[in-house]
Amino acid sequence: MIEFQHVSFGYEKNRQVLRDLSFRIERGEAVGLVGPNGAGKSSVMKLLLGLLEGEGQILVDGLPVRRDTLPEIRRKLGFVLQSSDNQMFMPTVYEDMIFAPLNYKLSREEAEARVDEVLARLGLEELKHRYNHKISGGEKRMAAIATILAMKPEAILMDEPSSALDPYNRRVIINTICTLPQTKLIASHDLDMILDTCERVILLSEGHIIADGPAEKLLQDRALLEANRLELPLSLVGRTPRNAAE
Amino acid sequence: MQKAMHELAEMDELAMRSSPIHELHPLAKLITTIIYILITLSYDKYNLSGLVPMLLWPILLFTISGIEVRICFYKLRIVLPLVMAVGLFNPFFDRAIMLRIGPLAVSGGVFSMLTLMIKGLYCLMASFLLMATTPIDSLCAALRQLHVPKILVTLLLLTYRYVGVMTEELAVMTDAYLLRAPGQKGIHISAWGSFLGQLLLRSMDRAQELYAAMLLRGYNQQFHYAEARPFRIRDALYLLGCILFFLLLRTVKVAQLLGGMLVR
Ligand SMILES: Nc1ncnc2c1ncn2[C@@H]1O[C@H](COP(=O)(O)OP(=O)(O)OP(=O)(O)O)[C@@H](O)[C@H]1O
Ligand SMILES: [Mg+2]
Repeated sequence: MIEFQHVSFGYEKNRQVLRDLSFRIERGEAVGLVGPNGAGKSSVMKLLLGLLEGEGQILVDGLPVRRDTLPEIRRKLGFVLQSSDNQMFMPTVYEDMIFAPLNYKLSREEAEARVDEVLARLGLEELKHRYNHKISGGEKRMAAIATILAMKPEAILMDEPSSALDPYNRRVIINTICTLPQTKLIASHDLDMILDTCERVILLSEGHIIADGPAEKLLQDRALLEANRLELPLSLVGRTPRNAAE
Repeated sequence: MQKAMHELAEMDELAMRSSPIHELHPLAKLITTIIYILITLSYDKYNLSGLVPMLLWPILLFTISGIEVRICFYKLRIVLPLVMAVGLFNPFFDRAIMLRIGPLAVSGGVFSMLTLMIKGLYCLMASFLLMATTPIDSLCAALRQLHVPKILVTLLLLTYRYVGVMTEELAVMTDAYLLRAPGQKGIHISAWGSFLGQLLLRSMDRAQELYAAMLLRGYNQQFHYAEARPFRIRDALYLLGCILFFLLLRTVKVAQLLGGMLVR
């Protein structure tokens, strides 16, 4: 479904952020993208959506990401931005959620039904008619995820979906992600969440793929993780969190 | 600062209230507002008494829509003085005496100054009432229906959002600055340059990402999401009624009529 072929990219002339990146994600796969701050995770997603342009070839569903294919490709991909403030641009949560379905030519009734369904699934009915500037950071994050789910994309890209969420909502998101049948690419520092939601992990550092493999195997490799400024997921440490600090 | 941050968002909130005016078709409201402004501007520069009755329409709208006059003046507190200032110099140029009230001589310049100020006030009030009763997206949709070019409408929409983002960034940055500069009132002049530069860069970045977020969700400069409502009889009646009302005020000298009735 998603394929990177020898992709290189830099924001400035002589500072490459991604170097000769190649990987493939099959349809229906759930892949976690991990790596230290500045590794290039967000850049990978923006390249995929055509928000940035690099060298090499990126394919979505066999379609190369190019200016003329962008509308079709963006139709297939739903992207949860790292910053929800920039994701929500309409006055209310409801209007934000209905924006994409209406753009994709659903009738108002269908679109409305879809919005209600997603809100119910996430337990957010209460947020529907709230103003985006009057909800908390975490509520906004949940609403941002809801707007993307209302799009019913074929693949979902999430940049730090669990940041700013309380443990309860974090769990709601994890459970929701697990029930989504779509292809998923999730960038996060929350390795416990990655472990719960993804079967495969790509470890990125300084623009290279350091490791790519089954989540359970990779996320148990303490040496590898610590060499890349990451830590074992708490659930795999085998001790209670309080003792883990020793 | 928290206040400034929500100024535009508050306009959205006003626009989402419900009242008979809010429920009218945006196109009807847009056209009446334009006509009202044109008619107001068409008054002769000395025709002060003719202009007074034109105040009736904004008063009616304020009453029916339930928008508080106080909010209007609060929102307009920055633009209003600027617009008013335009006429300020007229009394110095135009000194011909127009009217004597006892020992007091009023020159033409004073008349034209007052007329200009009132025109400015009316136009701003009318625009405010339009914005306060119509969400920006519906307004954009209405402009598209009038065949205003896509690019202009998108520009208007993005400017509106950009100004919103900029006030938000300004609020956040000011808070961040003041938290680290205890006891300081406002931002020290030495920091203005970098502050302004940062503000522009940050709001540009954010506006860019916001626009990307719109594109990613299928925005194609069409306003499907602004409720496509039919233009009903009610809307047509409102439009016609308003136009007739304006023409009446424009042609019949209401003030003189009233004055005449009182004298008789
Ligand atoms: N707009 C930009 N201009 C220049 N350099 C940038 C820009 N955005 C990011 N970078 C640089 O590109 C590199 C990769 O950034 P990216 O945002 O992809 O990292 P990330 O893996 O998402 O990090 P994080 O975990 O902090 O979100 C970083 O070194 C960053 O400094
Ligand atoms: Mg990132």
